[in-house]
Amino acid sequence: MHSKGLVPLAWASAVTLTVAFALVFFYAPLDADQGFVQKIFYVHVPMAIVALGGFVAGGIMAIMHLRSGDRSWDMRSYVAIHLSIILGFGVLATGAIWARASWGHWWVWDEPVLVSFLVVVLLYCVYYPLRFSIEDPDRQARYSSVFAIAAGAFVPLNFIAVRLAEAYTHPRVLSQTGGSLPGEMRLTFLVALLGMTLLFVTLWKLELTAKNASMQLKKLRTRARVAA
Amino acid sequence: MIAAARAIARKDLRIEWRTKESVPAMTLFTITVYVLFHFGLDRDSLDGELASGVLWVTVLLAAVIGVSRLFAAEREQGGIEGLLLAPVDRTALFVAKAAVLFLYLCVVELVAVPAFALLLLGPGLGGAFPELLAILLLGNLGIAAVGALVSALAAETRARELIVPLLLLPLLVPLLISCAQATEPLLRQDAGPEDLARWLGLLTLYDVVFVLVSVAVFDFLLED
Repeated sequence: MHSKGLVPLAWASAVTLTVAFALVFFYAPLDADQGFVQKIFYVHVPMAIVALGGFVAGGIMAIMHLRSGDRSWDMRSYVAIHLSIILGFGVLATGAIWARASWGHWWVWDEPVLVSFLVVVLLYCVYYPLRFSIEDPDRQARYSSVFAIAAGAFVPLNFIAVRLAEAYTHPRVLSQTGGSLPGEMRLTFLVALLGMTLLFVTLWKLELTAKNASMQLKKLRTRARVAA
Repeated sequence: MIAAARAIARKDLRIEWRTKESVPAMTLFTITVYVLFHFGLDRDSLDGELASGVLWVTVLLAAVIGVSRLFAAEREQGGIEGLLLAPVDRTALFVAKAAVLFLYLCVVELVAVPAFALLLLGPGLGGAFPELLAILLLGNLGIAAVGALVSALAAETRARELIVPLLLLPLLVPLLISCAQATEPLLRQDAGPEDLARWLGLLTLYDVVFVLVSVAVFDFLLED
Protein backbone atom coordinates (compact mmCIF):
# COMPACT_ATOMS: atom_id res chain seq x y z
CA MET A 1 0.00 0.00 0.00
CA HIS A 2 2.98 2.27 0.48
CA SER A 3 4.48 1.48 -2.89
CA LYS A 4 2.02 3.75 -4.73
CA GLY A 5 3.86 6.70 -6.27
CA LEU A 6 7.24 5.39 -5.25
CA VAL A 7 8.71 5.34 -8.76
CA PRO A 8 7.79 8.92 -9.75
CA LEU A 9 8.93 10.08 -6.33
CA ALA A 10 12.28 8.35 -6.78
CA TRP A 11 12.71 10.00 -10.19
CA ALA A 12 11.75 13.40 -8.80
CA SER A 13 14.29 13.16 -6.01
CA ALA A 14 17.04 11.91 -8.34
CA VAL A 15 16.41 14.77 -10.79
CA THR A 16 16.14 17.43 -8.09
CA LEU A 17 19.32 16.26 -6.37
CA THR A 18 21.20 16.21 -9.70
CA VAL A 19 19.99 19.73 -10.49
CA ALA A 20 20.92 20.81 -6.96
CA PHE A 21 24.48 19.50 -7.30
CA ALA A 22 24.81 21.06 -10.75
CA LEU A 23 23.70 24.38 -9.25
CA VAL A 24 26.10 23.96 -6.33
CA PHE A 25 29.11 23.46 -8.56
CA PHE A 26 28.35 25.57 -11.64
CA TYR A 27 25.91 28.28 -10.62
CA ALA A 28 26.30 29.30 -6.96
CA PRO A 29 29.08 31.86 -6.50
CA LEU A 30 32.16 31.08 -4.41
CA ASP A 31 31.93 32.40 -0.89
CA ALA A 32 34.08 35.50 -0.35
CA ASP A 33 35.90 34.38 2.82
CA GLN A 34 35.53 30.63 2.86
CA GLY A 35 35.97 29.81 -0.81
CA PHE A 36 35.20 26.37 -2.15
CA VAL A 37 34.69 24.66 1.20
CA GLN A 38 31.56 26.70 1.86
CA LYS A 39 29.79 24.51 -0.72
CA ILE A 40 29.40 21.79 1.92
CA PHE A 41 26.75 24.15 3.30
CA TYR A 42 24.37 22.96 0.58
CA VAL A 43 24.60 19.40 1.86
CA HIS A 44 25.04 20.01 5.57
CA VAL A 45 22.22 22.47 6.27
CA PRO A 46 19.46 20.77 4.21
CA MET A 47 20.42 17.47 5.82
CA ALA A 48 20.16 19.00 9.29
CA ILE A 49 16.80 20.62 8.55
CA VAL A 50 15.39 17.39 7.07
CA ALA A 51 16.71 15.31 9.99
CA LEU A 52 15.12 17.61 12.58
CA GLY A 53 11.91 17.68 10.57
CA GLY A 54 12.00 13.88 10.49
CA PHE A 55 12.37 13.70 14.29
CA VAL A 56 9.43 16.04 14.79
CA ALA A 57 7.39 14.17 12.15
CA GLY A 58 8.18 10.93 13.99
CA GLY A 59 6.77 12.49 17.16
CA ILE A 60 3.60 13.59 15.35
CA MET A 61 3.12 10.12 13.84
CA ALA A 62 3.58 8.69 17.34
CA ILE A 63 0.78 10.94 18.57
CA MET A 64 -1.37 9.63 15.71
CA HIS A 65 -0.55 6.09 16.81
CA LEU A 66 -1.52 6.67 20.43
CA ARG A 67 -4.71 8.48 19.44
CA SER A 68 -5.87 5.93 16.89
CA GLY A 69 -4.32 2.73 18.23
CA ASP A 70 -3.35 1.85 14.66
CA ARG A 71 0.07 0.21 14.72
CA SER A 72 0.96 1.20 11.17
CA TRP A 73 1.47 4.76 12.48
CA ASP A 74 4.08 3.45 14.88
CA MET A 75 5.85 1.78 11.97
CA ARG A 76 5.81 5.12 10.09
CA SER A 77 7.18 6.91 13.13
CA TYR A 78 9.89 4.29 13.58
CA VAL A 79 11.05 4.53 9.96
CA ALA A 80 11.07 8.36 10.07
CA ILE A 81 13.20 8.37 13.24
CA HIS A 82 15.46 5.66 11.86
CA LEU A 83 16.19 7.65 8.68
CA SER A 84 16.62 10.87 10.65
CA ILE A 85 19.28 9.24 12.83
CA ILE A 86 21.18 8.17 9.72
CA LEU A 87 20.94 11.71 8.35
CA GLY A 88 21.95 12.97 11.80
CA PHE A 89 25.25 11.11 11.61
CA GLY A 90 25.74 12.65 8.15
CA VAL A 91 25.09 16.09 9.63
CA LEU A 92 27.66 15.56 12.39
CA ALA A 93 30.26 14.30 9.89
CA THR A 94 29.75 17.12 7.38
CA GLY A 95 29.60 19.65 10.23
CA ALA A 96 32.93 18.42 11.57
CA ILE A 97 34.50 18.63 8.10
CA TRP A 98 33.19 22.15 7.62
CA ALA A 99 34.41 23.20 11.07
CA ARG A 100 37.84 21.74 10.37
CA ALA A 101 38.12 23.53 7.03
CA SER A 102 36.88 26.93 8.12
CA TRP A 103 37.88 27.16 11.80
CA GLY A 104 40.72 24.65 11.95
CA HIS A 105 39.13 22.32 14.52
CA TRP A 106 37.15 19.12 14.02
CA TRP A 107 34.78 20.01 16.79
CA VAL A 108 33.76 23.47 17.98
CA TRP A 109 31.83 23.63 21.25
CA ASP A 110 30.67 27.20 20.75
CA GLU A 111 28.67 26.39 17.63
CA PRO A 112 25.25 25.96 19.27
CA VAL A 113 23.52 24.19 16.39
CA LEU A 114 26.21 21.53 16.14
CA VAL A 115 26.24 20.92 19.91
CA SER A 116 22.44 20.71 20.15
CA PHE A 117 22.49 18.33 17.26
CA LEU A 118 24.95 16.05 19.04
CA VAL A 119 22.71 15.93 22.12
CA VAL A 120 19.65 15.20 19.98
CA VAL A 121 21.41 12.38 18.10
CA LEU A 122 22.68 10.92 21.40
CA LEU A 123 19.15 10.89 22.76
CA TYR A 124 17.59 9.34 19.65
CA CYS A 125 20.23 6.61 19.54
CA VAL A 126 18.57 5.23 22.70
CA TYR A 127 15.43 4.63 20.61
CA TYR A 128 16.89 1.34 19.31
CA PRO A 129 17.83 -0.31 22.61
CA LEU A 130 14.51 0.83 24.07
CA ARG A 131 12.43 -0.43 21.15
CA PHE A 132 14.15 -3.76 20.70
CA SER A 133 14.30 -4.72 24.36
CA ILE A 134 10.50 -4.91 24.49
CA GLU A 135 9.17 -8.13 23.01
CA ASP A 136 5.42 -7.74 23.06
CA PRO A 137 4.64 -5.98 19.74
CA ASP A 138 1.75 -3.90 21.09
CA ARG A 139 3.70 -2.69 24.05
CA GLN A 140 6.76 -2.10 21.88
CA ALA A 141 4.73 0.20 19.64
CA ARG A 142 3.23 2.09 22.59
CA TYR A 143 6.48 2.59 24.46
CA SER A 144 8.32 3.64 21.31
CA SER A 145 5.58 6.18 20.61
CA VAL A 146 5.86 7.61 24.10
CA PHE A 147 9.60 7.96 23.59
CA ALA A 148 9.10 9.60 20.19
CA ILE A 149 6.69 12.17 21.67
CA ALA A 150 8.88 13.03 24.67
CA ALA A 151 11.97 13.31 22.46
CA GLY A 152 10.07 15.38 19.90
CA ALA A 153 9.17 17.86 22.63
CA PHE A 154 12.78 17.81 23.78
CA VAL A 155 14.24 18.88 20.40
CA PRO A 156 13.12 22.55 20.42
CA LEU A 157 13.78 22.94 24.17
CA ASN A 158 17.28 21.67 23.75
CA PHE A 159 17.96 24.08 20.90
CA ILE A 160 16.73 27.03 22.99
CA ALA A 161 18.88 26.00 25.97
CA VAL A 162 22.09 25.45 24.02
CA ARG A 163 21.55 28.64 22.02
CA LEU A 164 21.07 30.66 25.21
CA ALA A 165 24.12 29.11 26.85
CA GLU A 166 26.33 29.99 23.89
CA ALA A 167 24.86 33.45 23.34
CA TYR A 168 25.75 34.06 26.96
CA THR A 169 29.48 33.65 26.42
CA HIS A 170 29.72 34.43 22.70
CA PRO A 171 27.31 37.11 21.59
CA ARG A 172 26.38 36.46 18.00
CA VAL A 173 24.01 37.62 15.33
CA LEU A 174 21.21 35.05 15.32
CA SER A 175 20.47 34.70 11.63
CA GLN A 176 23.89 34.41 10.06
CA THR A 177 22.96 32.01 7.30
CA GLY A 178 19.24 32.65 7.12
CA GLY A 179 18.02 35.97 5.81
CA SER A 180 21.12 37.45 4.26
CA LEU A 181 21.95 34.96 1.50
CA PRO A 182 22.50 36.44 -1.94
CA GLY A 183 19.98 35.36 -4.60
CA GLU A 184 21.98 32.65 -6.39
CA MET A 185 23.01 31.01 -3.13
CA ARG A 186 19.47 31.12 -1.82
CA LEU A 187 18.06 29.46 -4.96
CA THR A 188 20.70 26.74 -4.85
CA PHE A 189 20.05 26.18 -1.16
CA LEU A 190 16.30 25.90 -1.67
CA VAL A 191 16.72 23.40 -4.52
CA ALA A 192 19.12 21.36 -2.37
CA LEU A 193 16.63 21.45 0.52
CA LEU A 194 13.83 20.30 -1.75
CA GLY A 195 16.03 17.48 -3.11
CA MET A 196 16.95 16.32 0.38
CA THR A 197 13.30 16.36 1.47
CA LEU A 198 12.25 14.34 -1.57
CA LEU A 199 15.07 11.89 -0.92
CA PHE A 200 13.92 11.49 2.67
CA VAL A 201 10.30 10.88 1.67
CA THR A 202 11.35 8.40 -1.03
CA LEU A 203 13.55 6.42 1.35
CA TRP A 204 10.82 6.51 3.97
CA LYS A 205 8.25 5.07 1.57
CA LEU A 206 10.73 2.50 0.28
CA GLU A 207 11.59 1.33 3.78
CA LEU A 208 7.90 1.11 4.72
CA THR A 209 7.16 -0.92 1.60
CA ALA A 210 10.04 -3.27 2.35
CA LYS A 211 8.96 -3.65 5.98
CA ASN A 212 5.36 -4.35 4.96
CA ALA A 213 6.47 -6.88 2.35
CA SER A 214 8.62 -8.79 4.82
CA MET A 215 5.85 -8.73 7.41
CA GLN A 216 3.36 -10.13 4.91
CA LEU A 217 5.87 -12.78 3.90
CA LYS A 218 6.29 -13.77 7.53
CA LYS A 219 2.52 -13.99 7.94
CA LEU A 220 2.16 -16.15 4.84
CA ARG A 221 4.97 -18.45 5.98
CA THR A 222 3.34 -19.00 9.37
CA ARG A 223 0.04 -19.69 7.63
CA ALA A 224 1.72 -22.18 5.28
CA ARG A 225 3.37 -23.87 8.23
CA VAL A 226 0.08 -24.10 10.09
CA ALA A 227 -1.64 -25.49 7.01
CA ALA A 228 1.10 -28.07 6.52
CA MET B 1 -7.03 11.49 42.03
CA ILE B 2 -5.22 13.53 44.68
CA ALA B 3 -6.23 11.00 47.35
CA ALA B 4 -5.02 8.08 45.22
CA ALA B 5 -1.73 9.83 44.47
CA ARG B 6 -1.26 10.59 48.14
CA ALA B 7 -1.92 6.97 49.08
CA ILE B 8 0.60 5.65 46.54
CA ALA B 9 3.20 8.21 47.60
CA ARG B 10 2.66 7.38 51.26
CA LYS B 11 3.13 3.69 50.52
CA ASP B 12 6.40 4.40 48.67
CA LEU B 13 7.72 6.66 51.39
CA ARG B 14 6.86 4.09 54.05
CA ILE B 15 8.70 1.37 52.11
CA GLU B 16 11.67 3.70 51.76
CA TRP B 17 11.57 4.56 55.46
CA ARG B 18 11.61 0.87 56.43
CA THR B 19 14.08 -0.48 53.89
CA LYS B 20 16.27 2.63 53.56
CA GLU B 21 17.32 1.66 50.06
CA SER B 22 17.35 4.62 47.68
CA VAL B 23 18.03 7.79 49.64
CA PRO B 24 21.03 6.59 51.67
CA ALA B 25 22.50 5.04 48.52
CA MET B 26 22.02 8.28 46.56
CA THR B 27 23.56 10.36 49.35
CA LEU B 28 26.53 8.06 49.74
CA PHE B 29 26.96 8.13 45.98
CA THR B 30 27.13 11.95 45.88
CA ILE B 31 29.90 11.99 48.49
CA THR B 32 31.79 9.34 46.51
CA VAL B 33 31.47 11.43 43.36
CA TYR B 34 32.89 14.48 45.19
CA VAL B 35 35.89 12.39 46.21
CA LEU B 36 36.24 11.22 42.60
CA PHE B 37 36.12 14.82 41.36
CA HIS B 38 38.67 15.88 43.98
CA PHE B 39 41.17 13.33 42.69
CA GLY B 40 40.10 13.51 39.05
CA LEU B 41 40.52 17.28 38.89
CA ASP B 42 43.33 17.32 41.45
CA ARG B 43 41.85 20.41 43.11
CA ASP B 44 41.24 21.07 46.80
CA SER B 45 38.65 23.78 46.32
CA LEU B 46 36.45 24.82 43.42
CA ASP B 47 34.59 27.99 42.56
CA GLY B 48 32.54 29.49 39.75
CA GLU B 49 31.65 27.36 36.75
CA LEU B 50 33.73 24.36 37.82
CA ALA B 51 31.93 24.26 41.17
CA SER B 52 28.44 24.55 39.73
CA GLY B 53 29.25 21.97 37.07
CA VAL B 54 30.50 19.45 39.63
CA LEU B 55 27.51 20.09 41.89
CA TRP B 56 24.93 19.58 39.16
CA VAL B 57 26.56 16.65 37.41
CA THR B 58 26.71 14.94 40.81
CA VAL B 59 23.03 15.62 41.44
CA LEU B 60 22.10 14.21 38.01
CA LEU B 61 24.18 11.08 38.55
CA ALA B 62 22.54 10.53 41.94
CA ALA B 63 19.15 11.03 40.29
CA VAL B 64 19.96 8.14 37.92
CA ILE B 65 20.11 5.82 40.93
CA GLY B 66 16.81 7.08 42.29
CA VAL B 67 15.10 6.80 38.91
CA SER B 68 16.24 3.23 38.29
CA ARG B 69 14.92 2.19 41.72
CA LEU B 70 11.62 4.07 41.42
CA PHE B 71 9.54 1.09 40.28
CA ALA B 72 11.77 -1.51 41.93
CA ALA B 73 9.45 -2.51 44.77
CA GLU B 74 6.49 -2.95 42.42
CA ARG B 75 8.50 -4.97 39.96
CA GLU B 76 10.29 -7.27 42.35
CA GLN B 77 7.30 -8.08 44.52
CA GLY B 78 4.58 -7.96 41.89
CA GLY B 79 2.75 -4.97 43.33
CA ILE B 80 2.40 -3.46 39.89
CA GLU B 81 -0.60 -5.68 39.07
CA GLY B 82 -2.34 -4.41 42.16
CA LEU B 83 -1.70 -0.83 41.18
CA LEU B 84 -2.88 -1.40 37.62
CA LEU B 85 -6.02 -3.23 38.72
CA ALA B 86 -6.96 -0.45 41.12
CA PRO B 87 -9.61 1.83 39.61
CA VAL B 88 -7.47 4.96 39.70
CA ASP B 89 -6.17 7.20 36.97
CA ARG B 90 -2.62 6.56 35.69
CA THR B 91 -2.01 10.25 36.24
CA ALA B 92 -2.28 9.61 39.98
CA LEU B 93 0.52 7.07 39.66
CA PHE B 94 2.67 9.56 37.75
CA VAL B 95 2.03 12.34 40.28
CA ALA B 96 2.85 10.00 43.16
CA LYS B 97 6.07 8.70 41.62
CA ALA B 98 7.23 12.19 40.62
CA ALA B 99 6.44 13.52 44.11
CA VAL B 100 8.37 10.68 45.73
CA LEU B 101 11.37 11.30 43.48
CA PHE B 102 11.14 15.03 44.22
CA LEU B 103 11.23 14.36 47.96
CA TYR B 104 14.15 11.93 47.59
CA LEU B 105 16.13 14.55 45.69
CA CYS B 106 15.36 17.23 48.28
CA VAL B 107 16.54 14.99 51.12
CA VAL B 108 19.68 14.00 49.20
CA GLU B 109 20.49 17.65 48.49
CA LEU B 110 19.95 18.52 52.14
CA VAL B 111 23.07 16.46 52.80
CA ALA B 112 24.84 16.76 49.46
CA VAL B 113 24.92 20.56 49.15
CA PRO B 114 26.36 21.22 52.65
CA ALA B 115 28.80 18.36 52.10
CA PHE B 116 29.82 19.97 48.82
CA ALA B 117 30.33 23.33 50.54
CA LEU B 118 32.41 21.62 53.21
CA LEU B 119 34.52 19.37 51.01
CA LEU B 120 35.08 21.18 47.73
CA LEU B 121 33.64 24.69 47.60
CA GLY B 122 36.13 27.56 47.99
CA PRO B 123 33.84 30.56 48.68
CA GLY B 124 31.09 30.16 51.29
CA LEU B 125 27.47 29.44 50.43
CA GLY B 126 25.99 31.99 52.81
CA GLY B 127 25.37 34.96 50.53
CA ALA B 128 23.24 33.35 47.86
CA PHE B 129 21.04 30.99 49.79
CA PRO B 130 17.50 31.93 48.59
CA GLU B 131 18.54 31.95 44.94
CA LEU B 132 20.22 28.56 45.25
CA LEU B 133 17.13 27.18 46.97
CA ALA B 134 14.91 28.33 44.09
CA ILE B 135 17.25 26.78 41.49
CA LEU B 136 17.42 23.49 43.41
CA LEU B 137 13.64 23.25 43.80
CA LEU B 138 12.93 24.01 40.13
CA GLY B 139 15.71 21.64 39.08
CA ASN B 140 14.30 18.88 41.29
CA LEU B 141 10.85 19.38 39.80
CA GLY B 142 12.20 18.92 36.27
CA ILE B 143 14.26 15.86 37.24
CA ALA B 144 11.21 14.38 39.01
CA ALA B 145 8.92 14.81 36.00
CA VAL B 146 11.41 13.42 33.47
CA GLY B 147 12.59 10.75 35.92
CA ALA B 148 9.11 9.36 36.59
CA LEU B 149 8.46 9.17 32.84
CA VAL B 150 11.81 7.49 32.11
CA SER B 151 11.46 4.96 34.92
CA ALA B 152 8.01 3.95 33.65
CA LEU B 153 9.35 3.71 30.09
CA ALA B 154 12.26 1.56 31.17
CA ALA B 155 10.27 -0.55 33.62
CA GLU B 156 9.09 -3.01 30.97
CA THR B 157 12.31 -3.32 28.98
CA ARG B 158 14.85 -6.08 29.32
CA ALA B 159 17.93 -3.84 29.61
CA ARG B 160 16.46 -1.56 32.30
CA GLU B 161 19.75 -0.63 33.95
CA LEU B 162 21.13 0.44 30.58
CA ILE B 163 18.10 2.34 29.36
CA VAL B 164 17.63 4.57 32.40
CA PRO B 165 20.95 6.47 32.31
CA LEU B 166 21.09 6.51 28.51
CA LEU B 167 17.63 8.01 28.29
CA LEU B 168 17.63 10.24 31.36
CA LEU B 169 20.93 12.04 30.99
CA PRO B 170 20.49 13.42 27.44
CA LEU B 171 16.91 14.42 28.28
CA LEU B 172 18.28 16.42 31.23
CA VAL B 173 20.86 18.37 29.20
CA PRO B 174 18.71 21.53 28.90
CA LEU B 175 18.03 21.33 32.64
CA LEU B 176 21.73 20.91 33.38
CA ILE B 177 22.55 23.92 31.20
CA SER B 178 20.07 26.20 32.94
CA CYS B 179 20.80 24.98 36.48
CA ALA B 180 24.56 25.13 36.07
CA GLN B 181 24.48 28.55 34.39
CA ALA B 182 22.16 29.94 37.06
CA THR B 183 24.25 28.53 39.92
CA GLU B 184 27.63 29.54 38.52
CA PRO B 185 27.61 33.26 39.57
CA LEU B 186 26.42 32.26 43.06
CA LEU B 187 29.53 30.17 43.66
CA ARG B 188 32.13 32.72 42.58
CA GLN B 189 34.44 34.52 44.96
CA ASP B 190 32.38 37.70 44.56
CA ALA B 191 29.05 35.89 44.73
CA GLY B 192 25.88 37.45 43.43
CA PRO B 193 23.04 36.46 41.11
CA GLU B 194 23.51 37.24 37.44
CA ASP B 195 21.10 36.56 34.58
CA LEU B 196 19.08 34.60 37.11
CA ALA B 197 15.71 35.47 35.56
CA ARG B 198 16.66 34.10 32.15
CA TRP B 199 17.81 30.72 33.46
CA LEU B 200 14.97 30.36 35.92
CA GLY B 201 12.61 31.18 33.05
CA LEU B 202 14.12 28.49 30.87
CA LEU B 203 14.03 26.04 33.79
CA THR B 204 10.35 26.80 34.36
CA LEU B 205 9.61 26.32 30.66
CA TYR B 206 11.42 22.95 30.75
CA ASP B 207 9.49 21.88 33.87
CA VAL B 208 6.12 22.91 32.42
CA VAL B 209 6.76 21.17 29.08
CA PHE B 210 7.89 17.91 30.63
CA VAL B 211 5.19 17.80 33.30
CA LEU B 212 2.57 18.30 30.56
CA VAL B 213 4.15 15.77 28.17
CA SER B 214 4.52 13.19 30.94
CA VAL B 215 0.94 13.59 32.13
CA ALA B 216 -0.29 13.32 28.54
CA VAL B 217 1.59 10.14 27.65
CA PHE B 218 1.72 8.35 31.00
CA ASP B 219 -1.67 6.72 30.37
CA PHE B 220 -0.15 4.68 27.56
CA LEU B 221 2.59 3.19 29.72
CA LEU B 222 2.03 0.33 32.16
CA GLU B 223 -1.27 -0.40 30.46
CA ASP B 224 -1.51 -4.14 30.78
